[in-house]
Amino acid sequence: MPRLSADARHTVRLEINGRAVEGEAEPRMLLTDFLRHRLGLTGTHVGCEHGVCGACTIQLDGAPARACLTLAVQVDGASIRTVEGLAPEPGRLSVLQEAFRRHHAQQCGFCTAGILMSLDWYFRGTPDPSEADLREFLSGHICRCTGYVPIVAAALDAAKRLREGKS
Amino acid sequence: MKPASFDYVRAESLAEAHDVLAAEGGDVAVIAGGQSLVPLLSMRMARPNVVLDIMHIAELGGFAVEDNCIRVGATVRQAELLAWPDLAKHQPLLAQALPWVGHAQTRARGTVCGSVALADPSAELPLVLAALGGNIVLSSKAERRSVRAADFFSGIMSTARNDDELIEAVSFPCASAGEGFAFREFARRHGDFAIVACAAVATGKSVRLAVGGVADRPVVRDFDGSSDNALAAFAAELEARDDLHATAGYRRMLVRKFGAQTIAEARKKCRA
Repeated sequence: MPRLSADARHTVRLEINGRAVEGEAEPRMLLTDFLRHRLGLTGTHVGCEHGVCGACTIQLDGAPARACLTLAVQVDGASIRTVEGLAPEPGRLSVLQEAFRRHHAQQCGFCTAGILMSLDWYFRGTPDPSEADLREFLSGHICRCTGYVPIVAAALDAAKRLREGKS
Repeated sequence: MKPASFDYVRAESLAEAHDVLAAEGGDVAVIAGGQSLVPLLSMRMARPNVVLDIMHIAELGGFAVEDNCIRVGATVRQAELLAWPDLAKHQPLLAQALPWVGHAQTRARGTVCGSVALADPSAELPLVLAALGGNIVLSSKAERRSVRAADFFSGIMSTARNDDELIEAVSFPCASAGEGFAFREFARRHGDFAIVACAAVATGKSVRLAVGGVADRPVVRDFDGSSDNALAAFAAELEARDDLHATAGYRRMLVRKFGAQTIAEARKKCRA
């Protein structure tokens, strides 16, 4: 790749939620802003902007990543999944999303997208986590409303339903 | 919290990366996983002219056991090393400390060498490297050299790396028969930077204790025989800092408590 100059916009091509997309980014543009402002994918939220709160967590090449700790130009050629890609079809929620709704696992909802993207990845490798493991995994996310109790309940319920193949 | 402007270069080979560093060394920031560098860019604590992405350099990938060390290439992510089923067999201390490095969501991107390169005084990987007496392999266009951990960390986010060099790999010595290891950390939230972290390596006669989060770099001390008084003296000597999270006195207290616990645990494992 040639040198991308600081003062110009460069085309970044990648796959998002199964679709090939492209957008323009200066080298200093964070992936959070690229997703939200260039591509209009505002489901990814911006909280602390230095990797602590977890609100902007997405899946990048099959693993969780803080979008705010990623430059847009770094993901040229990558494959990304955002919260917009979770629902199986319009008007229907995924098993995990539905569990969050049932258990009132969100209040203001600001942290929710990041937590959903983390858990969606986690359950693929750890389908039957203990509550302690789950809480440790969730330490990568800050929620200031719920006290985490309904989030943990929703996550355990979703894991169980996913194991049993129910929706 | 947006980074200032910089050029971005994605190097495809080590030679290409060396050329950029040779030409513009002091103005270049090397990025791999970005979990340390991007916050520094966003907070404008780092304002490089060029960000050099080394993540696509095939030569810097992979880890292997060589010469009784685990050699970890510059693009190996923390999660990749942690997922290695033989890690605890080859080096239990690394296996114990890695789950404390950030969160699963940052370990998935952050590299082992990147954490060593940043040299945060409370980071776990520099601590483990110092405790084990590991090495850092640096290379530039002109030469390749290996630096001992004791000579590499020189202060808060300060290392012996020259402007035209990058870290190619770090080497963690493998465990030998009869060694015992222990790791303990205190932080406000699991995965946050340590307020105090202790790593202990016990051999037949002595114990080496390494302490992070207190001074401006990992501090290593060997203890023979009974260590209680020696440990209290060591804690008192440490150049501890007050900050938002803890006072210097509180840190020293944690060093005495956690130091004693890790030393006892490492000794127990050594006998086992």
